[in-house]
Amino acid sequence: MKYIVAIIQPDRLEEVMQRLEEKEIHLVTVTTVMGRGRQKGIAEVYRSHKEAGTLLKKIKLEIAVNDAFVQPMLAAIIEGGRTGQVGDGKIFVLNLDECIRIRTGETGGPAIG
Amino acid sequence: MMKTKWIWVLALLAITMMAWRAPAQSAGAGPAAMSVAPSAAAVNTGDNAWVLISSALVMLMTIPGLAFFYGGLVRRKNVLSILMQCFMLMCLISLQWILFGYSLSFGPDLHGWIGSLHWAGLQHVSFDTPHWDPVTASSYAGTIPHQTFMIFQMMFAVITPGLILGAFAERMKFSAFCVFSLLWATVVYDPVCHWVWGKGGFLGKLGALDFAGGTVVHINAGIAALVAALVLGPRLGYPQRMSPPHNLPFAVLGAALLWFGWFGFNAGSALSASGLATSAFVVTHTAAATAGLTWAVMDWFFNKRPTLLGVISGAVGGLVAITPAAGFVNVLGALGIGLGAGILPWIFVSLVKPKLGYDDALDAFGVHGVGGTWGAIATGLWATKAVNPAGADGLFYGNPTQLLIQLKAVGVTLVYALVVSFVLLKLVDLVLGLRAEPQAEKIGLDLTDHRETGYTMLD
Repeated sequence: MKYIVAIIQPDRLEEVMQRLEEKEIHLVTVTTVMGRGRQKGIAEVYRSHKEAGTLLKKIKLEIAVNDAFVQPMLAAIIEGGRTGQVGDGKIFVLNLDECIRIRTGETGGPAIG
Repeated sequence: MMKTKWIWVLALLAITMMAWRAPAQSAGAGPAAMSVAPSAAAVNTGDNAWVLISSALVMLMTIPGLAFFYGGLVRRKNVLSILMQCFMLMCLISLQWILFGYSLSFGPDLHGWIGSLHWAGLQHVSFDTPHWDPVTASSYAGTIPHQTFMIFQMMFAVITPGLILGAFAERMKFSAFCVFSLLWATVVYDPVCHWVWGKGGFLGKLGALDFAGGTVVHINAGIAALVAALVLGPRLGYPQRMSPPHNLPFAVLGAALLWFGWFGFNAGSALSASGLATSAFVVTHTAAATAGLTWAVMDWFFNKRPTLLGVISGAVGGLVAITPAAGFVNVLGALGIGLGAGILPWIFVSLVKPKLGYDDALDAFGVHGVGGTWGAIATGLWATKAVNPAGADGLFYGNPTQLLIQLKAVGVTLVYALVVSFVLLKLVDLVLGLRAEPQAEKIGLDLTDHRETGYTMLD
């Protein structure tokens, strides 16, 4: 089991969701986050006062999958998220120790899907 | 803790009782009515309708106008504290005005300095006949009931301390705010109001022009704001670690309501549904539009982008500056005043404030103090009797003396507001403490002063 965290551009979310759907991956948690990479953010100005914080809005996807789904899923996120420009984001793949479905008490692989 | 709270309640009660008792003593010496005093028949229904609507428009400027303008500019954790302060002022100062504030401001004159308590509790303030002053054989407004004039003026008295709170936002204790505002309205606003607008007031007699409150409202509040910002000191983390305005759309909503309400403020100050009201309406709108545009252009030129906060700040600055001039200048004057109101507050907010380092949190001084001062001086430049025969000609119409009179009125108000505001703040600080605890300031005043939050994180 793997736990995948992906940071993508907000305007790529719909595309990524569609690709995931095509590969029959339906379970995903999405949050709006602030962040920055090497491209830095855009400074805001209020009454001529420049704000120091330079963060950009990003989307964070979190998905738990069984090993067989890891490669198709990474492909889906990359296909949907890539624009070729700086700031497209990153994908982190983590090992997942356990997964429990609260309703039934099932554990491990069957609990994920 | 409880004990000190009760002392304040008792003090308030005592002031109220005194206000009620005083006129009973002087009632015997009441002035004999002259035969020329206007009767109920003199009331013009059109005029009365307009001034009543204008009163409601000016009420709208404080809540929700100013409340949302300022509320949107603070951080999430303090939004309720701003709304609460504005709403509480509406309650507090309205009662102060009825009990004794109106009498101190507009009541029978005592040596040009203050009104007597003869009208405390609205005694001798008629709801169906116009006001009449036998000493000067004139009326504040001869075609509307005296109480209409009173309630119109009440809304001015409410918004003025409201403007100040922009300077000490996010760090003043609510209890201290209430006591300071009540004292300031009584000891600063009421006398200055009497000097300029009261029958027999010395600045009015001098010939100072202030159509709708540039001196009385905006310079007065602007200077008090600067003093408050200095006495309270900057917010924790200022200027490096401050978050941007938490809800700019709120600020835009508030500024738009201010603009809308200002038609009542300025055109209503004609105190009649007359051509003068129309003229005031038109120049008010012209100055606001000019100043909003000017600020945007300044931003565009010096900061690379026109900003929304800039446009609304400029528009408010323009409204402030045209206020004293609204009944005395034509559209040409309004363009000049609007242009100055876009440039001067911009310079103060963008360049002077950061250089001097004081934390006028929402630029109450930068916009109202600077814009108001510019407006009062500009009235001495562009005023013309062609607009208002009861006014005067300014420098550009061949009368340099008017400019000197305007400068004198500005100077007197500035010094008085500065000194007395300072003394009041120090006094309240000594008794109650002005500033919220550092921990409370970090958590936010919504939670620590009111046990509420503006926005829930979960449903």
